[in-house]
This record gives sequence, C-alpha cells and structure tokens, in this order.
Amino acid sequence: MNALLYTRFELLRTVRNRRFFVLSLGFPVVLYFLIAGPQRNNHNLLGSGISAPLYYMVGMVAFGTMSAMLSSGARIATERAAGWTRQLRISPLSPRSYFRAKVGTAYLMALLSMVVLYVCGASLGVSLAADKWLQMTLLIVIGLAPFAALGILLGHLLTPDSIGPALGGGVALLAFVGGTWFPLTSGSVLYSIAQFIPSYWLVQASHVALGGKAWDAKGWLVVIGWTVLFTVLARRAYRRDTARL
Amino acid sequence: MHSGPSPLQTSAAIEARELSKRYGSIEAVRGIDLDVATGETVALLGPNGAGKSTTIDMILGLLRPDGGAVSVFGGAPEEAIAAGLVGAMLQSGGLIRDLSVRELIGMVASLYPKALDVDEALMLTGLQETASQRTQKLSGGQTQRVRFAVALVSNPQLLILDEPTVAMDVEGRRSFWETMRELAARGKTILFATHYLEEADDYADRAVLMAAGRIVADGPPTRIKAMVGVRTIRATLPEAELVDLGGLPGVSAADRHGEAIVLSCADSDAAIRALLERFPQATDIEIAAAGLEEAFLELTAAESS
Repeated sequence: MNALLYTRFELLRTVRNRRFFVLSLGFPVVLYFLIAGPQRNNHNLLGSGISAPLYYMVGMVAFGTMSAMLSSGARIATERAAGWTRQLRISPLSPRSYFRAKVGTAYLMALLSMVVLYVCGASLGVSLAADKWLQMTLLIVIGLAPFAALGILLGHLLTPDSIGPALGGGVALLAFVGGTWFPLTSGSVLYSIAQFIPSYWLVQASHVALGGKAWDAKGWLVVIGWTVLFTVLARRAYRRDTARL
Repeated sequence: MHSGPSPLQTSAAIEARELSKRYGSIEAVRGIDLDVATGETVALLGPNGAGKSTTIDMILGLLRPDGGAVSVFGGAPEEAIAAGLVGAMLQSGGLIRDLSVRELIGMVASLYPKALDVDEALMLTGLQETASQRTQKLSGGQTQRVRFAVALVSNPQLLILDEPTVAMDVEGRRSFWETMRELAARGKTILFATHYLEEADDYADRAVLMAAGRIVADGPPTRIKAMVGVRTIRATLPEAELVDLGGLPGVSAADRHGEAIVLSCADSDAAIRALLERFPQATDIEIAAAGLEEAFLELTAAESS
C-alpha cells in the first residue's frame, strides 16, 4: 500500500486538467495586476499601514489559495458521481490516506498559487525580509487548514452540478468578508463579523510586515476551531457516503 | 499487513445469515442466507430489482444491513477489504479522468499489498493496445474492460462482479469469460451477479436465484436452468385434445386459448418434433423462451403461496 504513490497520481491528474490549472492560477494574477497595479505607489492603503501591492498580494493569495483548497471538493464530487469513491472504498486505502492525498494535492496547488503571486508582488515592489516572507507563508499555510477540510466536506455532500456555484459564490463571499478587496475598518459591522471568519485571518497574514504578531489569540482560536469542526464533519460525511448514486 | 490468524484458514469465503435491507417501504433484501466456499464460482442470478446489487453492497461493506450479518473470510467485510483480499467490479461505475489506462491501473495497484503486475492485468483484460489512452477517451466496452482490470489488478482471493458484461460487445464478453475461467482455475473465489441465464449456466459452479429480495433457488446451474429455462410452443390447432398434447414427449403442460394451444416444454426440441408428427395440420407455430422475469415471477409466486 503506497499512499505516497497514490498522492502522486492525484497530483498528476490535477496538473493535467489544464483548464482548471491555468484558470485557477491565472485568475488571481489578473485580478492582482488590475487592482494593485494602479495603486503601486500607495504605501499606506486606507490607513492600514501596509502598502497596496503587499496588501493585495496577500489578499489575492487568500483568494487563490482558498479556491485551490476548496477545488478538492469539485474533484471529489466528480469522482463520487463516477462511482470512483465507492471503488476506492473497497480497496485497502484507509480514510486517513485518502484525506492525506486530497489535502496534500490541495496544498500543493495552493503553494503554487502563492509562489506565483509572490513573484507578481515582487514585480510591483513588494519587498520583505526573508524571515517575514517565511512567517507570512507559515501563517497562510496554517490559515488554510479549515478550507482543506471544508473542501472535502463539500465534495462529499454536493453534486458536480451544484458544487461549481457553491464554490464560486462561497469563495467570493469569504474573500469579501475576509477583506480581500479592501481593508476592513475597525468597528464596522463587517469587521466584527470578519473576526470569526477564517478568510479574514488569511488576509491578516500581511500584517507581519508591520512587525509584531499578525494573529492574536482570537485569530488562532478561530482558525483552529473551524479546522476541528470541518474535519469532524468531513469525516462523518465521508463515512456515510457509500451509497450508489 | 494484518495480525492474527489468516482469514484464509476458514473455508467459507462469504457467509451471510438472515441478511436484510430496506429502503423506506421497499424491502430490497428479505433475510437471505448465502454461503460461498473458497474456490467456488457462484452466479447470483435474478431480474432487475431482485436485490442482487444490494446484497453485493452489503457483502462489500458498502451498505450496512438492517438485519442479519455477513462475514468475508471469517471476519467483517471491512477487514477483508483492508487486507486486500477482495476485488470488485461494481455496477455502473465510471473512471476518473486525466490518467492513461496504464496509470489508472498502476494507481489502483499501488493500493494493494499483493497486486498483480500492471502489464499482466492489461494482458488479462486485452488492454495492451489501449494502455496509453486517456481514460476519458475510451468507448463503453473499453471502459468496462478497464473496470475489470481495476478489479483484477488487486490480485484478490475473492472477486465480486456486479453485472460485469452489461456494456460489453460480443467479443468483449467472450474474452471476459475466458479470463474468468483462467482466474477460477487459479483458485479464486468468484461471485458474479447477472440476469443472463446462459452466463450462469456456462460459467458458474453454482447458481443462486434471487427474486424480490429472496433466494428462491440455490443449486447447480443445470437444475436452475431446468426450473426457469422453460420454453413455450404456441400454435393454431383447433382439433387437438389437451390430454393428447399434454402427453407429448418434452411437454410439461398444455393449455388452450380458443383455437390456439400453448405448450410449456422442458424439452421444446423433442416436443416440436412430436407435435408435428402427430398434428401436421398445426399452423402459426411459435417457439419462445419464457422470459427469465416470467420464470422468476412464477417461482416467487410458488415460494410465497
């Protein structure tokens, strides 16, 4: 039983799905240049203390990586519809290895999207010390954990027809509430809601540039809480999902 | 792989007791007992809706029975599956895209402890020529072969196939059954569901007949064939006596509808020869195999009365 080899094939499939691959990497890049390009000399975006190119770079990273993580759901929904999930069920592949392969593939797509956007950011003048880049990347990787579980959960609940709009709309909403498009003003209703949404904390990773900690205790709690909840629900959805479709 | 005694020490590959499953108000499987010994090839025969697929899903641990229990090689189905002892071709499954046939088979092989060589699986299923094609570009018949290869490459002790030949062309079927014979000769235990009596007759050691969620017959295929393989002769023959017709060789029952007669025959060849010799004036002669569905319905009616 070689779970690693299995993951490798998952990855191969994802890369070969050219349209998906190009669109999911390209879309955030286009948006980034459209939004951050004209403001490349704004070094204090709406009083946040963060430059526009950096803020939007992380905003687009949040947008792109959320999509990458949740897209595992779309692949799962298609595999279920084809009856492939049932075929895997009657193989020795353990649920743990299955989850690992799905999450691993999603993370690699997310990391790729991140690297591409970092390069775009640098081209618009984003410069950070090496340890800040690393710190920021680590926070984003951790902040993506709830989305890894959510992608699997949705994949086992929705059909291929319904998962497209669910993911498209869901990511747009999460990005908006998370402050991807503009920094949220402290004290606003949106700001108070955003505190409990994991996408907000993804975008907040750009605050490493200001020194100090980008996430407070609440941030960690929100990210961990959603991760645990979605993981429990995803496991349950997977366990129940054995019927003929 | 697994600790404890080897599941292969027990002689029963499948042991089901009082197995039942309902979907809402429909009783799909109504308390069946089914034993399959290791090395046996058993056909699960029945019309659509008989409960064959539901039974197979329970044997594979994909469905939890509402009543009764099933064990595979002496343990829970999940244990046998985790040990890689079971390979299955499920009904109406598709393939995942963006892999070549060889890659897909290789991916499945990587999940099993004693998998066959990918080339051997491709050869057994006649897919050598198709090996480098992408799975989304295959024809229906080719897809079926790949699904068969997926079940085979695991090199299982128990092979379960749910209506495996449904989408296959004639040549596909022939080579499929050739491979199955070879696997049976290697000592594999095989359980296949079908609604073709001929497949059960030609390839199984034993046929288990299911109808309306029950097992209505279980025995050598020849016996099952005699039970359900009835043919009827219809002819226009106003002047013959039913007693005489019923006494013809090969005829088990005679009936009359106005000028037409209907003979139920265990041996329709003998019956038609005798009929034409005695009554050369018979016209509009039709010989038809009684549909399996009809035969099943009769059997179930007999069972419940």
